[in-house]
Amino acid sequence: MSLLWLRFALACYFIGLVYAFVALSRTSELFSRVALHAASLGMVFHFVSLTELFLSGHVVWASVHNGESLLAFFCMSFFMLIYVIYHTTSPGVVVFPVVFFLTFVAAVDEQPVLLTQYVSSKGWLAAHIFIGYAALLVSFGASLLYLLQERRLKAKKSASLISFLPALEVIDQIGYRSLLLGFPFMTLGLLTGSVVAISTYGRLDFLDPKILLSLLMWVVYMVMVFTRWNSGWRGRRAAVLASFAFVAAIVAWAANYFSTIHRFAS
Amino acid sequence: MRFQLIGVNHKSAPLEIRERLAIPESRLPDTCRDLTAHPGIEEGMVISTCNRVEIVAHTTNGSADLRGFLHAYFHLTADELDAHLYEFRDKDAVRHLFRVASSLDSMVVGEAQILGQVKEAYATARAVGAVRSQLDQLFSRAFAVAKRVRSETAVGSSSVSIASVAVELAKKIFGTLEGKTVFIVGAGKMSELAARHLMAHGCASIFVSNRTYERAVGLAHRFNGQAIKFDDLYSSCDRADIVITSTGSPHAIFRREHGEQFLSRRKNRPMFFIDIAVPRDVAPDMAKLDGIFTYDIDDLQQAVSSHVADRRKEAELAEAIITAEVENFEARLHTLDVVPTIVSLQDHLETIRQAEIDRVRGRMGQLTPEQEIALEALTRGIINKVMHTPITTLKTAAKESEATTIVDVVRRLFNLHEKDKNENKEKTSPPDKKNEVGTRR
Repeated sequence: MSLLWLRFALACYFIGLVYAFVALSRTSELFSRVALHAASLGMVFHFVSLTELFLSGHVVWASVHNGESLLAFFCMSFFMLIYVIYHTTSPGVVVFPVVFFLTFVAAVDEQPVLLTQYVSSKGWLAAHIFIGYAALLVSFGASLLYLLQERRLKAKKSASLISFLPALEVIDQIGYRSLLLGFPFMTLGLLTGSVVAISTYGRLDFLDPKILLSLLMWVVYMVMVFTRWNSGWRGRRAAVLASFAFVAAIVAWAANYFSTIHRFAS
Repeated sequence: MRFQLIGVNHKSAPLEIRERLAIPESRLPDTCRDLTAHPGIEEGMVISTCNRVEIVAHTTNGSADLRGFLHAYFHLTADELDAHLYEFRDKDAVRHLFRVASSLDSMVVGEAQILGQVKEAYATARAVGAVRSQLDQLFSRAFAVAKRVRSETAVGSSSVSIASVAVELAKKIFGTLEGKTVFIVGAGKMSELAARHLMAHGCASIFVSNRTYERAVGLAHRFNGQAIKFDDLYSSCDRADIVITSTGSPHAIFRREHGEQFLSRRKNRPMFFIDIAVPRDVAPDMAKLDGIFTYDIDDLQQAVSSHVADRRKEAELAEAIITAEVENFEARLHTLDVVPTIVSLQDHLETIRQAEIDRVRGRMGQLTPEQEIALEALTRGIINKVMHTPITTLKTAAKESEATTIVDVVRRLFNLHEKDKNENKEKTSPPDKKNEVGTRR
């Protein structure tokens, strides 16, 4: 049942995905409204799906797919939050494709619970790391949009005046705020995750790809927050850092599929 | 439809003429009353703005001497005035009014003020009873058309002058201008204007720097700002988010190294340089710095002209809307035009029917109630059957341009023509051929 709801959500997000591609080439007020409604509807289905999963007794992130579904949901929540504050749907250009991809993977099939009983019962402590991931993603999206808008403004094309993008400083704020919001969650998630791992295995294997990559991502994340706070790095430099952290995050996530620590059910 | 419109606008008449024709707001109600008192005018109103004076009237017989009214009212001779006047009738008058209300006839196409002015003129004329059913219909439609043009095209969405382009660009960079700081380097007319625009959009504080310090003080005083000595320019410029520069310096005064300094002191917050000096005050390689945006006079000019081009495209769209709306309006009026004909046709046949029934009664004596009912049903049935096609044809024809001809034919076939003429014979002049149909009601 949960999977069915998720597939409904996926259908709604698909409209958002189409919007993301169309928005790059032309501006349509109507379409952005349609995409927004579709996305809200998708979130409702998504929420129902997650709730059912939770009620069914599985721990929500006990399989990688469920985790992806949860992450997608957080990303959408961020998108909506930004819409409420800044009245812009343009982050959707980045958020929608990612959310669609995550939901798509999660909606393909039911996955057996991968984590051991112990970790899955304690592991929920680390669940807020998903918020950190979602924030990082939004921040990455914002830095891409920042670059795009900066280039348009510098190109001095008349098109820059009628673009769908919000003002440069607004994009900047969106990026910085989500960065600030996500950092504590990310840190807390990593800490609790490590504590759970230590109490299970007695030690942390720093050579495990998952742990290594998560750590790397966290370091880049910290550098981003620091450079931004200290010397106001934005634009190109911030975008480079953000893409770096984003790539690290994706690889860290993908490591779920081949890490020895995170997959020990077998 | 017997609309007539006469007037002058910024294209047809020089300012001196428009000045003499302008009617102050306080006198508008009286003018409207005078207008409706003029022979041949049923309803009338006056639109008077700084760019146009127009008189719109609904006439009794399709042609009123509006020129005569203007000559008499403004004490101008035909020689002085007539060369500047334009005059439209019926469909053309409707089109012109739609264009005026939609701001397509304005000096700055798309400016929003004109609709408000037309609405005020309408309200004034209505209040004194100069506008009744006919002009009422016309103007409500004109307002609807203006609204449609505004919402369906981008005419009027973007601004045109250099100063407002600068504001628009600043908004693209900073989002809101609330609390932003403006720095004027070189006190000139144009930079003052740009600064005024920026302040109007929320910029909070202003600094002025000029080689002659006194002028800087003067300008700063006018803006409630602060004058900065020219020697302190580089040390204080980083406080500004927007720099408007227009000095007469032969070399660039802002170079890349200055930009780097500013950025590091500002923690890389973006800066917007509006360079309206020729030769330029901002070195071209400044633009290569992340977070510094420079627009010189050519860039601004280009942005302005691309706006104008955009507007022209949108204006074409708007013209298409207006053409369609004029057709619509005309069709609706025609539909109304055939109604009296249908009514008098029905009246005419009903009279015949009653007369025939009376004759039957006279010949056959008292009829039984059953016979009465049967007779009534029979005659009514025949008339309804016979009338069905002509009425449908009339109603359909009403939407086409042939309506006038068909209405005319029907009237002549059933001799409705003579009847109405007799009813109208108290009117002094018989209506001319062209407007016959319209006058019948």
